[in-house]
Amino acid sequence: MRARLLPLTAVSAFGLFALTGCVANAPADSAGASLTVDSSTDGCTVSAGEAPAGNLSFSITNSGDQVTEFYLLADDGLRIVGEAENIGPGLTRDLVVQLAEGQYVTACKPGMTGDGIGKAGFTVTASAQVVAVDEDLEAQIETANVNYASYVRDQVAQLVTGTDTFAAAYSAGDFDTARGVYASTRSHWERVETVAESFGDLDPQLDLREADLEDGQDWTGWHAIEKDLWPADAEAGFAAYPTEERQRLAGLLVQDTATLNEKVQTLSFTLSQQTNGAIGLLDEVATGKVTGEEEFWSHTDLWDFQANIDGAAVLYAGVRDILVDKDADLADSLDAEFAALQTLLDAQRVGDGFTLYTDLSAAEIKALADQVNALGEPLNQLTASLVL
Amino acid sequence: MSAETPLPPTPDKHSAAGLSRRGLLGLAGAGVAGLGLGVGGDRAYIAAASAAAPSPATAVYPFYQEHQAGIVTPAQDRLHFAAFDVSAGTTRAGLIELLRDWTVAAAAMAAGRDIGDFGAVSGPYDAPPEDTGEALGLPASGLTITFGFGPSLFENADGVDRFGIRARRPEELTELPHFPGDMLEPARSGGDLCIQACADDPQVAVHAIRNLSRIAFGRAVIRWSQLGFGRTSSTSTSQATPRNLFGFKDGTSNIKAEEPDAADGHVWVRDGPAWLAGGSYLVARRIRMTIETWDRTILREQEAVFGRNKGEGAPLSGGTEFTTPDFALTGRADLPLIGAAAHVRLAHPSRNEGIRMLRRGYNFVDGTDALGRLDAGLFFISFQSNPEHYTAVQLNLARHDALNEYIRHVGSALFAVPPGTAHGSYVGSALFA
Repeated sequence: MRARLLPLTAVSAFGLFALTGCVANAPADSAGASLTVDSSTDGCTVSAGEAPAGNLSFSITNSGDQVTEFYLLADDGLRIVGEAENIGPGLTRDLVVQLAEGQYVTACKPGMTGDGIGKAGFTVTASAQVVAVDEDLEAQIETANVNYASYVRDQVAQLVTGTDTFAAAYSAGDFDTARGVYASTRSHWERVETVAESFGDLDPQLDLREADLEDGQDWTGWHAIEKDLWPADAEAGFAAYPTEERQRLAGLLVQDTATLNEKVQTLSFTLSQQTNGAIGLLDEVATGKVTGEEEFWSHTDLWDFQANIDGAAVLYAGVRDILVDKDADLADSLDAEFAALQTLLDAQRVGDGFTLYTDLSAAEIKALADQVNALGEPLNQLTASLVL
Repeated sequence: MSAETPLPPTPDKHSAAGLSRRGLLGLAGAGVAGLGLGVGGDRAYIAAASAAAPSPATAVYPFYQEHQAGIVTPAQDRLHFAAFDVSAGTTRAGLIELLRDWTVAAAAMAAGRDIGDFGAVSGPYDAPPEDTGEALGLPASGLTITFGFGPSLFENADGVDRFGIRARRPEELTELPHFPGDMLEPARSGGDLCIQACADDPQVAVHAIRNLSRIAFGRAVIRWSQLGFGRTSSTSTSQATPRNLFGFKDGTSNIKAEEPDAADGHVWVRDGPAWLAGGSYLVARRIRMTIETWDRTILREQEAVFGRNKGEGAPLSGGTEFTTPDFALTGRADLPLIGAAAHVRLAHPSRNEGIRMLRRGYNFVDGTDALGRLDAGLFFISFQSNPEHYTAVQLNLARHDALNEYIRHVGSALFAVPPGTAHGSYVGSALFA
């Protein structure tokens, strides 16, 4: 698959720190106060010094000539309650937070260095809207992180074992065995696909589809071998690979998977990486698996489909307790949509596998696609609900 | 050439009559061909007389010019694009005759007139009307009709030189290479000939393609066609940059009509064969957007993918829409504000050896696909002096662009666009001289 580039890179610089005392994703029926912030070269002017508890929107304009940040701090002036970073000169960015009654501090950081300037008190007064503050949140987030990192290591370890078996069978010419373990081994990859994709060259080396190649590019990885194992749908004149090529592809597959295994040993995940990872996995389903483009020759797309959903469900389960405290309705909705999708997938189980994509009816494919969209909409609210 | 400005409508006495017998056979009876009654329903004239003040709808761009209209012309709001295959059995003379007929009809329609001697409703009562008539009462609406020649016109897939022009094919006029991620559908790609019809009224653009394809029956047939409902580029500084279906402004550094030097250097062919001098190369790509996935993507990622903010279209490095992006400016963790895979970075001329193209794309929504998803996207059209400029930029995008997660190229075609046509001649005549 083509890499989804952003969740683990651009989105990696924030996450854990922005949580205590604030929640985004305010219910639509509780529009709160709107404030503006002027972040200039030497000032940080907020349009008001107080606002009622509930949803607050700060519209921060950078009128200076350096990149700036805006911080909303707890009354100790240290703990970050909300922030908007990387605001280029001349740009305006909105920060939406849910604040409980209390004393806060606002500050800007033009140039993104130092302690910040223009620190000023900001008072949130009592209002009809009650905002709960969860003091255990950071511990919950750390638990979710540790558990997910452990899940990723476990899946990649199983991927290594399966790949060794697959590659040995393929290079020895035992194609029945290779075909038999192809889809089940790839499931371990697909469960953590958004993590695997974050390692530059490894993803294209291991998982590139033929259509993703450019003229003259060396094609390696799972799908290059897939075509050789299931040549029935290959183009006219497709010649089976010579033995040396098979051994080369098998060797590279084992080697690159071992490299992946090394790289995941030290990974750690912010909350936003986890929620966006779940979203990324569902996008993979929506664009590649439900269309039958991923497993173009083996037609084992539903194995990948299930594995992507497995991975997304694990990510969701890890943060579900946090979500229940913040937005129980969204948690209910996600529980129901995950279950509905699983019911559709279970209906296609055959033995310990699934119906081949080419044997699905148009109505069955449509039902799966519709349910992916039904799950996708609430799932994509997850980041904003949990992280700011 | 200088920037085009809308001209007041003037009847063009050269262009109404002059269809070949063959062309008219498809329109009216042979018995009345060549009577030369001239103007069959001068729509522009009528519209101009009744309009209180000039509006974009009354713009008229002359067909006979140094360069073909529809390239540096301020981008109209609507598109109907068609690729044609020349029918089996059509000879070189037949092809030339078709081009002559197309030229006459295109000039008439660009001037806001019906085609043929009698137009839509004034002909013999026992003959089918020459003009199909759905544009009756509509002004010219800034209609431009731009013709192009595909590689297969010079040599078809079987290696046959059907029209004796193989030796005149420029080396650059060949199929575009396969780019990473391409999912091209043959039925939406290629073609011997193309016609780009742009207008500010969709009915006028459709009328043009409909009548030109009717004229071609028996000589050429439509291979594929595309409607576009909203321009995604501005080709004049007088136009605001429109948004694509992702909701973003893109291509703000497009070549504008007010930059004749840029057009000379980047759009018009200078170093090609003589028949193409003053022409250009047209690249057409049907780019499908995975709208549903994009719409549920968080705003942070949407802006990071483009490298611009969504509200104003300003680069994330700051400023306003037309501020030059500062790709070196870093923010938190010393990461650039405009990421390495951001579309604006990868597509920017400064990252592509100064390559600029004149883009003239349109949004499309062609209903829904079998999975109930909008069949929507961008019908990308660019004009450049050498198609290798497109190839270089697209290779860079296809390899690295974060946007690839949300788009796929499903149609592709390349055409050589001959220069403008002189009165009394026909489009592309130098190729057959």
